[in-house]
Amino acid sequence: MRRRVVITGLGTVTPLGNSAPDTWEGICAGRSGIGRITKFDSTRFKTKIAGELKNFDPLNFVSKKELRHMDDFIIYALAAAEMAVADAGLVVGQGSGGANGDRVGVIIGSAIGGLATVENGTETILKEGPGRVSPFLIPAVLPNLGAGHVSIRFGAKGPIGCPVAACAAGTCAIGDAARIIREGDADVMIAGGAEAAITPLALGGFNAMRALSMNNDYPERASRPFDRDRDGFVISEGGGLVILEEMSRALDRGARIYAEVSGYGCTSDAFHMAAPPPGGEGAVRCMQAALRDAGMNPAHVDYINAHGTATVANDRYETEAIKTVFGEHAGTLAVSSTKSMTGHLLGAAGGIEAIIAAMALYEGLLPPTINLDHPDEQCDLDYVPHRPRKKNIQAALSNTFGFGGVNAVLALKKFEGTNG
Amino acid sequence: MKLEDRIIEIIMEQLNVTREECVSEASFINDLGADSLDLVELIMEMEETFDVTVSDDELEKVRTIQDVFDFLKRKGVKDTGI
Repeated sequence: MRRRVVITGLGTVTPLGNSAPDTWEGICAGRSGIGRITKFDSTRFKTKIAGELKNFDPLNFVSKKELRHMDDFIIYALAAAEMAVADAGLVVGQGSGGANGDRVGVIIGSAIGGLATVENGTETILKEGPGRVSPFLIPAVLPNLGAGHVSIRFGAKGPIGCPVAACAAGTCAIGDAARIIREGDADVMIAGGAEAAITPLALGGFNAMRALSMNNDYPERASRPFDRDRDGFVISEGGGLVILEEMSRALDRGARIYAEVSGYGCTSDAFHMAAPPPGGEGAVRCMQAALRDAGMNPAHVDYINAHGTATVANDRYETEAIKTVFGEHAGTLAVSSTKSMTGHLLGAAGGIEAIIAAMALYEGLLPPTINLDHPDEQCDLDYVPHRPRKKNIQAALSNTFGFGGVNAVLALKKFEGTNG
Repeated sequence: MKLEDRIIEIIMEQLNVTREECVSEASFINDLGADSLDLVELIMEMEETFDVTVSDDELEKVRTIQDVFDFLKRKGVKDTGI
C-alpha cells in the first residue's frame, strides 16, 4: 500500500500575523493585512500598497550577524520553520524518539529569491565599484538558500530542493515533498514557500505588466478577488511552511494531525508566459491530476482555496476551470480566495494557502473572500463572501498558478484515520 | 583612540563577539566563529574604515587579530590620538 502523508506542524509569517494561529485568527475575522508601503518611498509608483509583515522582529529567529547576511526571504523561511518544527514537536537528529537527520528533508520554493539584495548590490557596484560588493551577496540572493539555511539549522540531511515556480512555488514544494515521503526517500519534510519581493524593482515590473491593484486610497479593500471592480493583485511578503510526515510515524508518536496530503497535480499551460489559456485548460488538467492522484471523487470536494489573485483574467479563467472540472457540483462546493486578506505572497502563497486549507479541514470553518461586494457576472460560484462559514468538510483543493504557465494543485483530506 | 581599540570595535560589530573574546592571539576562524566569507567582509570593512587596499595574498595570511594589527600598521595606519 502507498505510504500516506500527513501535516503535523504549521509555521507562518504573513501580513495578517506572525504565526499560524494569529494568521488564522485574521482569516476568521475577515481582516485585511494590506496597507500603504512603508519599506521604501513609493511616491513615484502607480501602486503604493502592499501586504507587509507587521511588528515582525527578525532577531527572534536570527542573530545580528545572520540578519546582516541574509535576505528577508531567508529570514521568513527560518521563522516559519522554527514555528512549524516547534508546533509539530519535531526533534531532528536525536537518539530516542527523534527523527534521524538523514530521513528529514527540506523543500522551500520562492518565486524571486533575494531581490532586495540584488537591488542593494547593484547600487553598491554602481556607486562604489565591484570591490565593495559583499561576499554574502550571492548566498543571500539564491532562491534555494531558504531551504539551505533551514536544513543547516535543523540538521535536516535528507532531500533538499527549491522549486522556482513563480506563484505556484509553495504548492510545488509541498507536492514534491509529499511525493518524496510516499516514495520512501524521507519520513519527514519541511515544505512550503518564502518570499520578500516588496521592492522597487518588483513593484515597477509588476506595474509595467498592469498586474497590481492601484486602489491606493483604500488599501484594505484593494484585494477584491471575483469582484467586478477588481483591478489586480496586491503584492505581499512572508513565509509559510508545513511539516509533512509519513502517517504511521506521526500516529506512533501521537502527533497532532491537521490534515492528510492525499494528492498533488502539476501541469503546464504551454501557452503564454503570463496569460492563462482559454478556459483555463491548464488549471483544469491540474485539478484533475490532483484528484486522480488522491483517488478523490470530484463530488466529494467541499472546498477550494482558489488561486484567486484578483486579476481580471485569473478569476474568470479559474472560475471557468472549476466549472469544467466539477460540473454541477461546482455550484454546491465552496470556493474562497484568502488572498483577499493576505494579498499575494507569490512563491510563499502555496505554503500559506495549504496551511489555511488544512486549518479549514481541521477546524470545520470555511475561510471567506472579503471585499466581494459586487461579484463579476462571469464569477458566479459560492465564494463564501465577507464572513467565514462553519462547515464540517472532508476534502479540499488548494490551487496556485504561476507565470510561465505552471499550475500546481494540492488535494487535502480531513484526517480521521488510524493505522488500520 | 588607539588603533587596536578601533580595530577591535569593528571586529566586535562584524562578528558579533564580546571585547573579552577579542584577545590579540584570537583566531578568527577557530575562536571567533568566523568563516572565510566573514573574514572577507571584515577585511573589506577595514579597507573602508582605514582607506587601505588589501590584496588577496595579504587576506589569505590573516589568521588572528594580531595579524590585522600588524598589517594595518605596516600600511601606515596610525592611532587617531583622540
